[in-house]
Amino acid sequence: MNIIDEGRGKLFADPDPDAARRFFRQKTRNLVSKEMPLRQAVETFVHEGGYLAIGGFGSNRTPIAACHEIVRQRVKGLAFAGHTSTHDFQVLCAGKVFNRLDVAYVVGLEARGLSSAGRRYLQSGEVEITEWTNHSMAIRLKAAAMGIPYIPCRSLMGTDTFRRSAAKLAECPFTGRRLVLLPALYPDVSIIHVHEADKYGNCRFKGISAADLELASASKRLIITTERLITNDEIRRDPYSTKIPFFLVDAVCEVPFGAYPGSMPGEYFSDEEHLMEWLAVEKDPQRFEEFLNAQIYGSADHAQYLARNGGLEKIRQLRARELLLSRD
Amino acid sequence: MAEYNVMEMMIVAASRELEDGSVVAVGTGAPCAAAMLAQKSRSPNLVILFEAGGIDPQLPEMPITVGDSRTIHRASMAGSMADIMEACARGAVDYTFLGGAQIDMYGNLNSTLIGADYEHPTVRLPGSGGANDFASLCWRMMVITLQNTQRFVEKLDFMTSPGWLEGGDSRERAGLPPGSGPYRIITNLAVMDFEPESKRMRVVSIHPGYGFAEVQDNCAFELLRAERIMDTPPPSKTELCILREQVDPYGLIINR
Repeated sequence: MNIIDEGRGKLFADPDPDAARRFFRQKTRNLVSKEMPLRQAVETFVHEGGYLAIGGFGSNRTPIAACHEIVRQRVKGLAFAGHTSTHDFQVLCAGKVFNRLDVAYVVGLEARGLSSAGRRYLQSGEVEITEWTNHSMAIRLKAAAMGIPYIPCRSLMGTDTFRRSAAKLAECPFTGRRLVLLPALYPDVSIIHVHEADKYGNCRFKGISAADLELASASKRLIITTERLITNDEIRRDPYSTKIPFFLVDAVCEVPFGAYPGSMPGEYFSDEEHLMEWLAVEKDPQRFEEFLNAQIYGSADHAQYLARNGGLEKIRQLRARELLLSRD
Repeated sequence: MAEYNVMEMMIVAASRELEDGSVVAVGTGAPCAAAMLAQKSRSPNLVILFEAGGIDPQLPEMPITVGDSRTIHRASMAGSMADIMEACARGAVDYTFLGGAQIDMYGNLNSTLIGADYEHPTVRLPGSGGANDFASLCWRMMVITLQNTQRFVEKLDFMTSPGWLEGGDSRERAGLPPGSGPYRIITNLAVMDFEPESKRMRVVSIHPGYGFAEVQDNCAFELLRAERIMDTPPPSKTELCILREQVDPYGLIINR
């Protein structure tokens, strides 16, 4: 295949499908319980130097409790998949857990504004950055899920985004058209938050899937945080509802309200007040450090964090907002 | 004539571009308001898509993010990002709206950084998100933005998303799908299209109360003029009524 041009960005993960096959061969695919506390899951599977990806989309069905735990354990030196990463990015930046970053969308919290601490960290020169797009990151995961080393697409062409990516521009062997080749992305560890899972890792979730199905298959290790544990019998009663099968999963952690202060479809809306508090307090590094000491390092777990910020009464209000109860 | 503000003028002008039966991929904010207004007025069969997977929702209120559950409220499907992006790649999505910190005369957009040095930017911005994909793959890309010389620049600090690249046939030569590209730029002052040969930005209509001089003064590159520059029709009473009462009753966008 004729390679016409290539981006000069760095590749932070090995796209070799045979290396991945060797890994997946030795990973257990048995129906065994993977239930464990979140702290243990992060200790066991999130290692310095590894490549981390986070599921959900922005502040929606995002495993924020797990992001807190990574920060709390002071993990450093990760590479991170910033594919529409908003509040999760903000939390991980606060702990400076990564120093290599694939960017599709970071720093911003969509319409809410930009994270000043996230911006400071990226402008500090401490982070190596490679540029991508939401679609290209999603199909890099799809290529990995398919067990192939790259996948072609028709985005990126002609732009600086391409020049700062690690993609290649090639001539299509069938049509002669130009195509961008994207390297497969096999994250070392990913975390996805779901509504329901059994202890083996069979998962159900509601709402959009964003790129989570590709992510679940592509990841070497997969931590599931779930609003609720359910029985395997319930899974087998209704297999149509299973979105992620057990054999992809390495840890199952029951974390009620684990996406808070983000939203969980059909369960609770995002806590906009608290997210705005994050954005405001970040502007002053001193105040932000105190805020993190109180909110994250000073909370033993997510239940304490939630209690600090309004507890069940707050969740009741967010549930009413999610379900549009006032309009009923 | 009804009283209206700049944001209402832009949203109404944008909504008029979305003909009935077309498919539009939107984000939050003004583009979403324009799509909702179109759907509730002249284009009841407009299909709205949200990048993260929302397909054909009946929006109860303005979503806060492109992935929250408003984007799948009474929708046809809660899909995936691949469902949306692959539809764009197949040529099944007519319109998209994008924005950016900078835009140039060919409709190329920057949402990545401000500064001359990539390694040490003055301001790091979010990056492409899905913008490069939409700009590459949707048939017609539009922009709704306030116009000033900091935003409408001679040269971008970083080209995040493709417009007509260097103009002429450069977009197609780069490999992007033939027939796709920037279509309308809707600002607080005017509506622009792109001259078919050079692909340079061209003023086609000017909003009530402004003249060409003001449009040019708020743009750092030279704007072309359409053979006949129209007056943008102001928002009608009906359009304003739907926008204020049904689309954005809390004034989250229109009173920002």
